[in-house]
Amino acid sequence: MSGATPARYSWGGDEHIFVELAEEMSLQANFRAMAITTSLRENRPDGVVEICPANASYQVRYNPDVIEPRTLMAHLRDIEEKVGDAADFSLATRVVEIPVLYQDPWTTETLMRFRDRHQDPDATDIEYAARINGYAGAEEFIAAHSGAPWFVSMVGFVAGLPFMYQMVPRERQIVVPKYLRPRTDTPKQTVGYGGCFSCIYSVRGAGGYQMFGITPAPIYDPAQELPDFGDFMVFFRPGDIVRFKPIDRDQYDDYVKEVEAGTFRIRSRPVDFGLREYLDDPDGFTAGLMEVLRAD
Amino acid sequence: MPIEVRQPGLATTIQDAGRNGYYDVGIPPSGALDQFSYSVANRLVGNDPGEAALECVYMGPELHFTEDTVIAITGAELPPKLNGEERPLWEAFAVQAGDVLTFGFCKRGARAYIAVSGGIDVPLVLGSRSTYGLGKLGGISGAPLVAGDVVPVGTGAGVPGRSLPESLRPALSKEIEVRVVMGLYDHVLTDAGRATFLDTNWTLTPVADRVGFRYQGAQLETKPRTPPFGAGQDPSNIVDAPYPIGSIQVPGGVEPIILHRDAVSGGGYMMVGTVLSGDLDLVAQSAPNTKTRFVAVDLDEALAIRRDYRARTQQAADSLS
Repeated sequence: MSGATPARYSWGGDEHIFVELAEEMSLQANFRAMAITTSLRENRPDGVVEICPANASYQVRYNPDVIEPRTLMAHLRDIEEKVGDAADFSLATRVVEIPVLYQDPWTTETLMRFRDRHQDPDATDIEYAARINGYAGAEEFIAAHSGAPWFVSMVGFVAGLPFMYQMVPRERQIVVPKYLRPRTDTPKQTVGYGGCFSCIYSVRGAGGYQMFGITPAPIYDPAQELPDFGDFMVFFRPGDIVRFKPIDRDQYDDYVKEVEAGTFRIRSRPVDFGLREYLDDPDGFTAGLMEVLRAD
Repeated sequence: MPIEVRQPGLATTIQDAGRNGYYDVGIPPSGALDQFSYSVANRLVGNDPGEAALECVYMGPELHFTEDTVIAITGAELPPKLNGEERPLWEAFAVQAGDVLTFGFCKRGARAYIAVSGGIDVPLVLGSRSTYGLGKLGGISGAPLVAGDVVPVGTGAGVPGRSLPESLRPALSKEIEVRVVMGLYDHVLTDAGRATFLDTNWTLTPVADRVGFRYQGAQLETKPRTPPFGAGQDPSNIVDAPYPIGSIQVPGGVEPIILHRDAVSGGGYMMVGTVLSGDLDLVAQSAPNTKTRFVAVDLDEALAIRRDYRARTQQAADSLS
């Protein structure tokens, strides 16, 4: 097992197996979830209906009329053993650039409406997050939020919403609480934050994460009209690497025009990601990722 | 052979057996919440059990038929009326072009299924015709029906008069027992908290829809605990994890929520167990104020209960062939 903590297995009724790889969030735990579910997909037993990797856990939905639950669980334990700490696992993925208008008028208007549910009613969400994370102000906070890339550690909650985990050592990770009580409204494409995760809300609706800004880039297109959605209506996949690029209001408006004209594309480049290379030199590795994104 | 929607009812959606394979990107199975009643409605009108039908909740729609066909209504006791005259539930009957279908007040249960010979013929989206409201896909415009919608129907050869024997119809009760496999994060509860969960007579609140059913009744005691890195601050928070369909989450130890077929696919609240797949039909027919007990079963019992459910479904199918 080369140092990896043994996973915790649990039955989810008669159709699910839930596997927690670690109680705490870490890139290592996420990589193990990714490695195990990738292996399961490549050699998928009959009767497996859904394979859902998550942040530090994963779940399999199966049809017990086709595969005996204990047989499946034993198979998952075998894969866990084989994957070990996943340090040698490498992922063929892509690095993508998401433009963000931080402190935009729409999320600001929304957060002002819900100040009664917030820890700090006299500040905006970003001012609050900057303060409790020890940053001098919103600008310094934005520099940290957009300064290192993010790993899509889970896609879900609602259709196509990415949970992202920042690729920096733990002492530099931003941590914020969720709202005291969830909002009933969140603008579509809000960049949110809860616990140690950034997210992009794919649709308008309820939400409990702090709101920092908005992206003009659609990430979910059920009608599949935009060019990035020709193959599938959901843009993000677990394992994607994301860089947030701060933009100003003029750039935001230009991108919105492109979206309306149906020409907008999310900038994206293929990349191989190995956990060991990252852990050996996080800052050097993520700087390299930024190079890949800029290359034409 | 379209059906015109004059009044949509409270939340009438197009549903089928569901959509599998996309839960990893947050798209849940959707599909009829009470799969037994739904599949029987289809069999009554001569359809394959997996054709799309209408699911209505608490209050039925007003529908205008533009061609002759055969329909059947199952599930909740939502009395159908054709041109004002009462018609039976759990029995296929003929409708003619120009007929108008309405419903009386819901007497028992919560969700009724209207199957039409030939099935509802909206396009397949990711392999299913089911409406998934949060993601705005499937059905018509990814949303519940609205007045003025025109619902397309395929060609069928249903025979009026076919009915399901009384003995095979589900009992609709205001007091139910829902079987659960405990687990997931139930170790976050103290022994007393776990006992409270199983001993409480929970009451379904009005917060009950295709995503989840919320209950009131007691506070569950959790172990003193510092949430792990990344989870959030409440002792009941976990690092955001996948939610099984049927899983019961208990945010802050109060008001358990059973996630149903339009579930949010993951999140950061502890789950204490999962409702058996077949018992989700029972939950689907719960109206607000339904008294609900959670009964713990182990995996082997769960599999035996699943076999019984399959046998009942087969018996119903055999009686209608």
